[in-house]
Amino acid sequence: MILVVLITLVLSLLAVVLSVVVQPTNSEASLLLLAIGGGGLILSVYVLIQMRRRMKALRIEIPPVNTTIECRKCGFKSVREFQRGDYIFKELDKCQKCDDKMIITAIYREVQEKEKERSPFLS
Amino acid sequence: MGLLAAIAASQNLLAQFPGDSNVQLVLNLLFYVIFVVFILYGQRIQMYVMLREVEGSLYKLKFIREEGRKTAIDTIKEIGKPQTDPTQRVDKFLDYFTIAPQSLDPAGVVWKLEHILDVRDTRFKDEVKLMAPSADATNAYNLENTLEAAMALNYIYKIIRHFYLLGKKTLSLYVIMQIQMILPLVMREAEAYASALKAFAYGQPIGDGAGALVAAKLTHGHETKKIEKDCIVATVPLEGRTAFVIKAEGPGGNVGKPGDAVKTVIEENQGKVSMIIMIDAALKLEGEALGEVSEGVGAAIGGPGVDQFKIEDSILKYHIPINAIVVKEDIGDAVSPMRKEIFDGVEKALESIKRLILEKTKEGDKVIIAGVGNSIGIGQ
Repeated sequence: MILVVLITLVLSLLAVVLSVVVQPTNSEASLLLLAIGGGGLILSVYVLIQMRRRMKALRIEIPPVNTTIECRKCGFKSVREFQRGDYIFKELDKCQKCDDKMIITAIYREVQEKEKERSPFLS
Repeated sequence: MGLLAAIAASQNLLAQFPGDSNVQLVLNLLFYVIFVVFILYGQRIQMYVMLREVEGSLYKLKFIREEGRKTAIDTIKEIGKPQTDPTQRVDKFLDYFTIAPQSLDPAGVVWKLEHILDVRDTRFKDEVKLMAPSADATNAYNLENTLEAAMALNYIYKIIRHFYLLGKKTLSLYVIMQIQMILPLVMREAEAYASALKAFAYGQPIGDGAGALVAAKLTHGHETKKIEKDCIVATVPLEGRTAFVIKAEGPGGNVGKPGDAVKTVIEENQGKVSMIIMIDAALKLEGEALGEVSEGVGAAIGGPGVDQFKIEDSILKYHIPINAIVVKEDIGDAVSPMRKEIFDGVEKALESIKRLILEKTKEGDKVIIAGVGNSIGIGQ
């Protein structure tokens, strides 16, 4: 598919160049070549953009999940990336500050929202 | 009409077109040909456009399905350490189906449905045990959830493929149209399951676990005991009342049977329960904020309806008032790793519970708080 689009793109470019070349001698043919070349150029670029968008849409992106670890005694808190085996209220190693056991208090992902749609119905 | 107007406008433009009259003639002819083609084959062209759109989505669905299958197989190999290659068994599992009970005579259909679901659950657990013999209980639950997500993706792909091929075969606009119209919603669901796969495979809390997290926050630090199938209950002193907090046992991916658990607690207390509060994640409507907390009455529980039926049956027997608190989220957020907004919503739900208890019950009363949802990645 991509090969066909690329060939069309090259041929279209060739037609545009040819139209410039023949313009002084045959304006009618130049105009037709320009129309064909321009049309082909627009079409192949459009198809390429569509193909790129489709490839991009195939990817499933999941934002990273973070684990919050807290010491209930001294309030020391740290956030790290989620590791297999983490779960909320899991007891972990001792706190760096007070030697009390630390626990996982939160596991969540933060999503950067795209610019919100403007609508009078969204409050 | 629009097409005719466009052609008329083009002809006006052609009149001003520089160059020989032959060019005008050719272009004029071209426009008439296009006009006739659209008149005669307009519907067919529309059909091909629709088919192309479905085809594009089908490629994506195929990709997602393969990802699901691969994730399931890789997770089984990593956690379960099977002696043989599980690929064939996983492929067989993905085509597994459940036949709903006959409801021509609806009396007793709930119990028939419950039995079928129990058989399905047992069969799934046995299959997982065979596929992943080294997996512990928590990982076995997570694997079961991963396989179920992969199964859902496989099913969605097959349905869309069926209508696409049927549409191509029959060239019926209406066959293609019906699938093309619901395609955006189907794709949303498929993408939701795709993001659920990793969450299930890694044992991350998901949006649906909002209710279970509310209950976990109440039970944490209190003694818990196992209750009806895969649930736990803790007796928690709350605002001078005694709260029996119920949730599915975590941190494995499991929803338990809250219906049976609520019924058991009510019976253990001879029906002397002042109020039941159920907390669950609920699908939000477009325009509603993610993690928004709403209150209402009734049994807040989804699923096939067996648990809701049991809870309603139990509360009717003793005339116990039931309140519901829901955390709003969309389908994608419900099965993908929990978002911060939902996590914050859990805190708001806890405040609502405390307020409800203070407003609707007296000191010394007994209250049941049931946190409904998948307890994956949530301890107690």
